[in-house]
Amino acid sequence: MAHAIAFYTLAAFILGFAILVVTTKDTVHSVLFLVLDFLFVAALYVMLNAPFLAVIQVLVYAGGIVVLYLFVVMLVNLKRPPEAHSDPHRMTKFGFGLAGAVLIELGAIVVSGYMKAPAVTSPAQNLPVSGNTEQVGWLLYTNYLIPFEIASMLLLVAMIGAIVLAKREL
Amino acid sequence: MPITPTHYMLLSAALFIIGVIGVMVRRNIIIIFMSIELILNAVNINLIAFSDQLHNVIGQVFAVFVIAVAAAEAAVGLGIILAFYRNKESVNIDEMNLMRW
Repeated sequence: MAHAIAFYTLAAFILGFAILVVTTKDTVHSVLFLVLDFLFVAALYVMLNAPFLAVIQVLVYAGGIVVLYLFVVMLVNLKRPPEAHSDPHRMTKFGFGLAGAVLIELGAIVVSGYMKAPAVTSPAQNLPVSGNTEQVGWLLYTNYLIPFEIASMLLLVAMIGAIVLAKREL
Repeated sequence: MPITPTHYMLLSAALFIIGVIGVMVRRNIIIIFMSIELILNAVNINLIAFSDQLHNVIGQVFAVFVIAVAAAEAAVGLGIILAFYRNKESVNIDEMNLMRW
């Protein structure tokens, strides 16, 4: 029961702040709502027995990425808001209709898929370590070592690319 | 009524659709990038819900990769926004038509 109350509360906050992020006029407010949304998602991760991911979510998303966004919003100080300019070819209603159709479709797939195969069990993993952080680290440095190194290369390339793009002249 | 993976998948689908609507409706490219972050978060919720349901940590490992890719995407995307703003004094997605047919 307590689990259900926690889930519905967190879900309401996550969806509410997500809607605020998308609908708020002021970009700075939108970024701040994004921080709150990420924090509630982190709380959901704690509920799902993933405390390491919750900490990473707070550190990387709420700490790093959002500060980057705020930095850009402050640099790009707009006199003319982007929403003032309107494109006559834009089909907003069609977009909403399409998004609603996709949501209904996804919901139908989720519900019907769960009805057909309700009991999914997997063999327990035999990891030589216990504890969430230790298990994630063990997998990252054994079975998933090459993807891990590729991810680090990706971050290096992104860092160099961001510097090249944002620098005035090299 | 117990909380099943279906609940998490519906939450994830709703968050995903909110992100997609943000990408399609807004004209401010910074908000479009934030909507993409919401979409990636929806994916992570799904991965971690199944990781919990199946008692298998691999889902969390993939969520770590998704977060790394999101960080790289944010850095490069914001670099592009700054470069564009320097040239055109605008962050309106409708004015970014330089490479459109």
